[in-house]
Amino acid sequence: MKTLGFHRIVASLALAFSLVIGAPAAMAQDAAATQQLESIDPADAADVADPEAVSAGSDAYTPMAPTEGKGMPVPGGIDIQPQYSETGEYAYGLHVGLFWVMVAICLFVLVLMLYTMFKFRRSANPVPSKTSHNTLIEVIWTVVPALILLAIAIPSITLIAKQYETPPKDAITIKAIGYQWYWGYAYPDNGDFEIVSNMLDKDEAEARGEPHQLAVDNRMVVPVGVPIRLQVTAADVIHSFAVPSLWFKMDAVPGRLNERIFEVDEPGVYYGQCSELCGARHGYMPIAVEALPMDQYNAWVLAQGGTVAGAEEEGVEADPTATPVQTPESAAPGAPGAGAPPVENPTT
Amino acid sequence: MATTADSFQAHTDDHAHDHADHKPGFFARWFMSTNHKDIGTLYLIFAIVAGIIGGAISGIMRAELAQPGIQYLQFWAEFMGGTPDFDTSLHMWNVFITAHGLIMVFFMVMPAMIGGFGNWFVPLMIGAPDMAFPRMNNVSFWLTVAGFVSLLFSLFVPGGTGPGAGVGWTVYAPLSTSGSTGPAVDFAIFSLHLAGAGSILGATNFITTIFNMRAPGMTLHKMPLFVWSVLVTAFLLLLALPVLAAAITMLITDRNFGTTFFDPAGGGDPILYQHLFWFFGHPEVYIMILPGFGMISQIIATFSRKPIFGYLGMAYAMVAIGVVGFIVWAHHMYTVGLDVNTKMYFTAATMVIAVPTGVKIFSWIATMWGGSIEYKSPMVWALGMIFLFTVGGVTGVYLANGGVDDVVHDTYFVVAHFHYVLSMGAVFSMFAGFYYWFPKMSGRMHSELLSHIHFWLFFIGVNVIFFPQHFLGLQGMPRRYPDYADAYAYWNEISTIGYMIMAFSMIFFFVNIIYAFVAGKKAEDNYWGEGATTLEWSLSSPPPFHQFSELPVIEDHHDHHDHIGDAKPAHA
Repeated sequence: MKTLGFHRIVASLALAFSLVIGAPAAMAQDAAATQQLESIDPADAADVADPEAVSAGSDAYTPMAPTEGKGMPVPGGIDIQPQYSETGEYAYGLHVGLFWVMVAICLFVLVLMLYTMFKFRRSANPVPSKTSHNTLIEVIWTVVPALILLAIAIPSITLIAKQYETPPKDAITIKAIGYQWYWGYAYPDNGDFEIVSNMLDKDEAEARGEPHQLAVDNRMVVPVGVPIRLQVTAADVIHSFAVPSLWFKMDAVPGRLNERIFEVDEPGVYYGQCSELCGARHGYMPIAVEALPMDQYNAWVLAQGGTVAGAEEEGVEADPTATPVQTPESAAPGAPGAGAPPVENPTT
Repeated sequence: MATTADSFQAHTDDHAHDHADHKPGFFARWFMSTNHKDIGTLYLIFAIVAGIIGGAISGIMRAELAQPGIQYLQFWAEFMGGTPDFDTSLHMWNVFITAHGLIMVFFMVMPAMIGGFGNWFVPLMIGAPDMAFPRMNNVSFWLTVAGFVSLLFSLFVPGGTGPGAGVGWTVYAPLSTSGSTGPAVDFAIFSLHLAGAGSILGATNFITTIFNMRAPGMTLHKMPLFVWSVLVTAFLLLLALPVLAAAITMLITDRNFGTTFFDPAGGGDPILYQHLFWFFGHPEVYIMILPGFGMISQIIATFSRKPIFGYLGMAYAMVAIGVVGFIVWAHHMYTVGLDVNTKMYFTAATMVIAVPTGVKIFSWIATMWGGSIEYKSPMVWALGMIFLFTVGGVTGVYLANGGVDDVVHDTYFVVAHFHYVLSMGAVFSMFAGFYYWFPKMSGRMHSELLSHIHFWLFFIGVNVIFFPQHFLGLQGMPRRYPDYADAYAYWNEISTIGYMIMAFSMIFFFVNIIYAFVAGKKAEDNYWGEGATTLEWSLSSPPPFHQFSELPVIEDHHDHHDHIGDAKPAHA
């Protein structure tokens, strides 16, 4: 109780001080917030499907059940998650190589130290030598590490080049948008609808057979085996779109459109988490990527009210009125709706 | 002769008495100090206090992370004067990670290394009576204290979602600008201004002292390596901190005065902040470790009874690390969307740093080779540092690879890496330096037994904390998360057990200090014996209040290692 009283005093002193310097600050921030909201094109925040409504009238899409240990961490795991993309597999190879280099260097230093410590202990070697130079050995321990680094640099630079390959012109563009604290996935090549993806609370995730803290209500669905042009941006603060099992991490920066080729080799559910501190619920905006074969992907797109390339010729057209519109809500802290906190209450 | 104002000043009386050990009264001595040893002591006490607070915060974090779910944060939200709702509780987590990072970097490691050991031993080792600007030295210290007060104050004022600044020690915009209302972030930023100003003044003081106040005959190439390390560190501080000051000043104006340096809505760029921050931030990590390198070099040479191997290589390796340290900053930003060529350049440049660092590791081992090694308390800490820093160094080479980094960036792998180089590299060096010089500073010997127990428990503890974090990071657990999927529970629990071992070991540290003052043997002038050959060992323990009133002379037969052999300094 006493401590609480002290905090109150400190807080009220601070409040008095903040009235002096804080008021203009608050005003400036309000103005900035308004500007920022205006800068988001309302058209971007497009149609979002309610999965319940869709599954009622559609043959198309039921969320895929994740495979244990695939695209997610495993209990007590000590290595990088198995990779499901081409660059991921290449990078994993480099990781294994680097791992053994690290082990070798650490063991070399450790053994050398222990040997020296034992051999030259005072009781065994009471009279120290006075040697303090040996040009040859100094050259060796400068050149050999440099050569090791050169050997690392070659595959490493190759990996970066692979990761930055330009996606082909016909690649499907998908846009991941970070909000406080949820993700939006827009599909500009498929009718520009946007999915809002919130974390499931613990009970709901377990009921669906998914890992909690990773499971989401609406996944980012992508076609399998084709290059995707993934664009990443943010609406409020910096977030980071990360999927460890696809060796992919790209910061979502407001005012900047980061783009990288994104490929998934086999169907499945791949989990990730926001990887740049973005405020209170930073740990509560996971990412779930569901990779589907192209025909199922197209069916999913149609079920979301999107359009599929070449669909007109085949006479299949989405009914834009089939799904209710949900507008992603304000990114303001504490705003209800999209980005609402999981039901799990920390006070209980 | 003395005016009223002057009578408070430390040196005034000396003109009258010229008595080396005449100390001013308590208040004048400790609150208006111009004596480098007293200021060094103040810095060390300050760093210990800050370390206790920063370490306690990490204890709160490890407790929370011991199991999945949110266990304690709502308590802390209420304790700090907030409401115990979900968002405020999570905000407290961000406040803790921010406070832990800022306290450990700016108010524990830097004050201890540079302010504490640097102030104490740079003048002693170069044979100078004091620092070049004694009053500025005092200003540096009290600015640091003011900075710490500002940071602690920020914990109790609104910071957006709850009390305190929850923006991370990197204070990235726009989370730190439009993302955090309330004065807490302003106070946290102001704290960096104050501490940064203190460090800049300290850096100019060290540079001036080292360039101008070396004893006759002590050329740059005869300086002890600890002095070299502080010289390089001071240059890094002088060049890096103004950039930080500029960046965080722009944050302040973005927050309070309507500028948009980092706001894209006004033509600004959040990534610009990161470039500026890391242009400071990367040299900063060398600022934290270089003085440690210097101390380890002194200690290894002392307890091997051998001159340091490859002295010039060691000195210029530090210079090289300092220079290259300025051109690798964007490896902290591999995922922000760098250009492909930029990323390749920073990959290559970052790896280059491993070469001079390797030179240092191998030179330390070569110094031991052929030596007559005695395993006193400073030596075991130094050996622990060499190995653990190597582990942290190789994971650094791993992370240097921009393409590989993508998967572990901002995960616990990075947390493990930088705690191996700092929590083990820098902190082990500080404990090594502390046990090396504590009797010199206090005049009392500590217990070797307690120091060894402290070492072993601490060594086991920190490894149990941080080694499993490599696994968590490789498995994908992001940093700065208060809660996690069940798959991460196993290693998190072990990590928390490690924290308890580490915390237990610290009891031995504090008991050891109390023991030394209560029952410790009086320390001789040179209690480590013939291996200790730098000038501080020619003085009494503790040294006189004012030393070297007649300057010691470094003769031609003295090399970089041995400054007190045969020809005794003139003061004796």
